[in-house]
Amino acid sequence: MPLLAGDVEGMDMEGLNELAFVLGGVNHWITVFLIMAGLYIIVSRSNMIKKLVGLSIFQTSVYLLYVSPGKIIGGTAPIIIEGAEDQLYSNPLPHVLILTAIVVGVATLALGLALVVRVNEAYGSIEEDEVYSDGDWN
Amino acid sequence: MLIDQFPAIVVAAPLVVAALCAIIRRETACWLLALVVAFLSFVGSATMLGQIQEYGEPLSYKMGGWAPPAGIELRVDLLSGYLLVLVSLIASAVLIYGRHSVRSEIKKGLRGLYYAMYLLCMCGLLGIVITGDAFNAFVFMEISSLSMYTLIALGKDRRALAASYQYLIMGTIGATMYVIGVGLLFTITGTLNLVDMADRLGPIMDTPAAIAGMAFVVVGLSLKIALFPLHLWLPNAYAFAPSAVTAFLAATATKVSIYLLMRFIYSVFGFGFAIEQTLIPEVIMVLSLVAIFAGSFSAIFQENVKRMLAYSSVAQIGYITLGIALANATGLTGSLVHIFNHAVMKGALFMLVGGIALQIGTVRLSDMAGVGKVMPLTMFGFVLGGFSMLGVPGTVGFVSKWYLAIGALENGWWWVVALLMLSSLLVLAYMGRVIEVAFFRERPEGAAALKEAPKSMVMTAWVFILACIYLGFDTSFTVGVAEQAVDVLMGGAQ
Repeated sequence: MPLLAGDVEGMDMEGLNELAFVLGGVNHWITVFLIMAGLYIIVSRSNMIKKLVGLSIFQTSVYLLYVSPGKIIGGTAPIIIEGAEDQLYSNPLPHVLILTAIVVGVATLALGLALVVRVNEAYGSIEEDEVYSDGDWN
Repeated sequence: MLIDQFPAIVVAAPLVVAALCAIIRRETACWLLALVVAFLSFVGSATMLGQIQEYGEPLSYKMGGWAPPAGIELRVDLLSGYLLVLVSLIASAVLIYGRHSVRSEIKKGLRGLYYAMYLLCMCGLLGIVITGDAFNAFVFMEISSLSMYTLIALGKDRRALAASYQYLIMGTIGATMYVIGVGLLFTITGTLNLVDMADRLGPIMDTPAAIAGMAFVVVGLSLKIALFPLHLWLPNAYAFAPSAVTAFLAATATKVSIYLLMRFIYSVFGFGFAIEQTLIPEVIMVLSLVAIFAGSFSAIFQENVKRMLAYSSVAQIGYITLGIALANATGLTGSLVHIFNHAVMKGALFMLVGGIALQIGTVRLSDMAGVGKVMPLTMFGFVLGGFSMLGVPGTVGFVSKWYLAIGALENGWWWVVALLMLSSLLVLAYMGRVIEVAFFRERPEGAAALKEAPKSMVMTAWVFILACIYLGFDTSFTVGVAEQAVDVLMGGAQ
């Protein structure tokens, strides 16, 4: 990184590289955080609605994972304009994919909530401990 | 030519008719529509498979006229053709079978919607198999899974709801893991077309991003497959779903995910990398063997016969994934043959149990005392199906175990062969328990008079039982196609 190298005569280059690694991948760090947070909620909560919230967070991480590498700074929409064919543009495919994934996520959440409503009607509880310990599962 | 359009029709037709069924909602009309579509899909799949076998060329359909790799490609080669035939065949048969059991288990107003969901599920499963696009496979996977959760929740027992919820959570985690893996692979290759991805991954397969992507895909799909120890959703889902749904799911759903796993390991990541340079075969082998024993052991202690068969499915999935881990042509053939064979025999067994559930109202072992005397046709079929699970020569179970054992010997793993033999004894233990109760105990005093399940149910199940025996002698279809498909997996792709 020439921009930095000029300013930092005598500074600890290794530390700067690490900083660049942390800041440069900030989208990925958020993705990883969302994945782990979502999974943790799913595993640790017994309330069925809270579990679905965790599931949604987990799915949301995927949106970021796809969309953020698809963005190029200064890139425009991929439309060919005469005379400016070599425009820098962002790949539209990740965004389109994620539109589909969002729909899938919404459908999953809706179905999950509908199931929880039915579970509540049938068991009178939405705590997993109570639902699964209720009756003989064998 | 019309056959060029078949790949699209086979998937699109169930989708369109599912929507139609959701509008019509009349039970008989929906059932007829579903049956016609499922049967047409079967004819279409079989025609495509015949065509591919004859000309040796995979069929490729450009969705919307966009050429791959930019457009979505529907691609039917020998392996996917084989799975297409399996899924559409089972779907048609279960529709014929399920008429009565759906009537007894599902509320009147919901039956039309049941058939809509069923077609949607079938469309998703066929789509996973037929698509040549990694993300498209995810979308189809979710179509099939969401409809599956709904179908399971339709079970009479309230535990079906809890089981469906459990499956929804785990299934979604699996699918999301898969799509994370695909996302990583897409970021480094810039393509979603499986063939193109395989080409571009070749030189960069040992980069961290590619390996992480591979790990996510394998773990995600293992959850969908219910590979031990990720199988926890399966026993409850199978046990409490309506009988027809269980027969359909047990025969197709996990098989399709296994197909996708094979595609990724062998075609996309490549034999040379995934098998030779990673721990994937070792890990899968250990898990498969544990699955075979843990699944069978758990099956022995089940009171609910459907749950017992479900645990047995966990074990049988272990046999199939064992073939993947053996990583030689014979083992992989055994694995592919067992996909078909297990679908046929487990489908038949679940169908017969569904008949018993319809007649006596429960599937608890203790309520089945003496059933063999009043429902001889059903229970005799159960015995033959049990023989097949056991791997008695002359049944399909023997054929697939034979190939697996030879495949293990080719690797010099004689102890795997010994374990395979030993595991058959466990099958004897749990299947024998049912047979003992059904034939050698008296009906309790004052029990309601029983007769055989409706003809349509028993006959369909028996067609499958007879297929178990026929395919045990004439292996030209299963083994023939499987051997050619293995060539596609091991040689053709790379």
